[in-house]
Amino acid sequence: MAGIERYEAPDTLERAAEILRAGKVTVLAGGTDLMPQTQDGRVQFQTVLMNVRRVPELQGIAEADGAVRIGALVTITQLLESALVRERLGLLWQACDHFASDQIRNAATVGGNLCNASPAGDTLVPLLALGARVVLSAKPNGSLETRRVPLEAFFVGPGRTSRAPAELLVAVEVPLPPAGFAGEFYKHGTRPGLDISAISIAAGARREGTVLRDVRIALGAVAPTPIRATRTEAVLEGRAPDAARLEAAAQAALEEVRPISDVRASDWYRRELIRNMLKRVLTHVCQL
Amino acid sequence: MSANCDIAFTLNGVKRELTVPVQRSALEMLREQLGLTGTKYGCGEGECGACTIIVDGATVNACLMFAVDCDGRELVTIEGVAVSEAGEHLREAFVANGAVQCGFCTPGLVVQASHLIERHPDADEAVIRRGIEGNLCRCTGYRKIIDAIAAAAQASAQGSEHGRG
Repeated sequence: MAGIERYEAPDTLERAAEILRAGKVTVLAGGTDLMPQTQDGRVQFQTVLMNVRRVPELQGIAEADGAVRIGALVTITQLLESALVRERLGLLWQACDHFASDQIRNAATVGGNLCNASPAGDTLVPLLALGARVVLSAKPNGSLETRRVPLEAFFVGPGRTSRAPAELLVAVEVPLPPAGFAGEFYKHGTRPGLDISAISIAAGARREGTVLRDVRIALGAVAPTPIRATRTEAVLEGRAPDAARLEAAAQAALEEVRPISDVRASDWYRRELIRNMLKRVLTHVCQL
Repeated sequence: MSANCDIAFTLNGVKRELTVPVQRSALEMLREQLGLTGTKYGCGEGECGACTIIVDGATVNACLMFAVDCDGRELVTIEGVAVSEAGEHLREAFVANGAVQCGFCTPGLVVQASHLIERHPDADEAVIRRGIEGNLCRCTGYRKIIDAIAAAAQASAQGSEHGRG
């Protein structure tokens, strides 16, 4: 087994990007996924282990230009304690409230959750629903270059993203939802604490008279990546959410999901959950 | 062969310097290198909370933390909590309420409870239950643990009232 040959703990983004450019780097942030994944062999260490904890550009939660920028190193606990997240990004806040345990929320970072790209990742589903994009930085030719990737294009498979090996996920930017937007996050597991989702739903909209506007729906653990259910959104957009319309939305969602059977649930059960719980979540959203 | 790294940190109020293998967990470092065996290895994947320690004022699972990541940080283990006032209240309350059976989860629970009481001095049962959801106990069924933490929180609150008076 090839081991780690070098440990690096850069204290600037420039330096971190240089280390990444040299190649064969495993990035360490909170460690809550990396440690068990490397110990049981699901992930092999590269020759350099780079701890990004000291990179100041990866810290902080701030509002700018109609979006909330969340640094990659922000922990789930920091998201929960942020008034900005709680008041303006309620869907994300709710998902953090369902996330693992206190000990893990204190260590796990939003950047790590995104890069780990689990189809069941708790913050991924509300971030998709809210139209978030990741900020990726690299230093290919002597100067830092940054690109922004919408989450739909970031997740490409279970545990796989479109981040290039030389790129570092610096932050996630979440556009502020329109005034009056309200949403609900739902996670189905077998127990309330420390469970991985069998399915999860993030849904939100705003009411305009009798109809729904700005409908956003994302689903977790029902496809190789978390997915934005755009066809389901279209069924509801500009429509009155009566029982027939909610049933039509649930049917549309069933067309969009591709669940598997695994230790947490069968594909049949996941479909039943999506059909029934999406209607319940949407009913709640209409009452918010 | 894996690389080693020199680190420096504060452990239970004492400055320490150590050379650790880069892929070693903080838990292994505490138990194997430093001989602090109060922090327990339960599941090794963050499910059970037996290895709970405090890093820079927040509890984490030591089994999920890289030892190298302790560099420059402040660690408190059960050995440090035990000699604090909060630790004393918790020990007395765990004994008085019969909250210990086999005892394997106890260090992790006491560390998590000390953090919980510090953050929520007036914690009610719901807050306590929520606060210890990352700590598994296979013996007690939790009832006595929750009672013990509530009693310790009350004792701590009374203690600080006396302190102010």
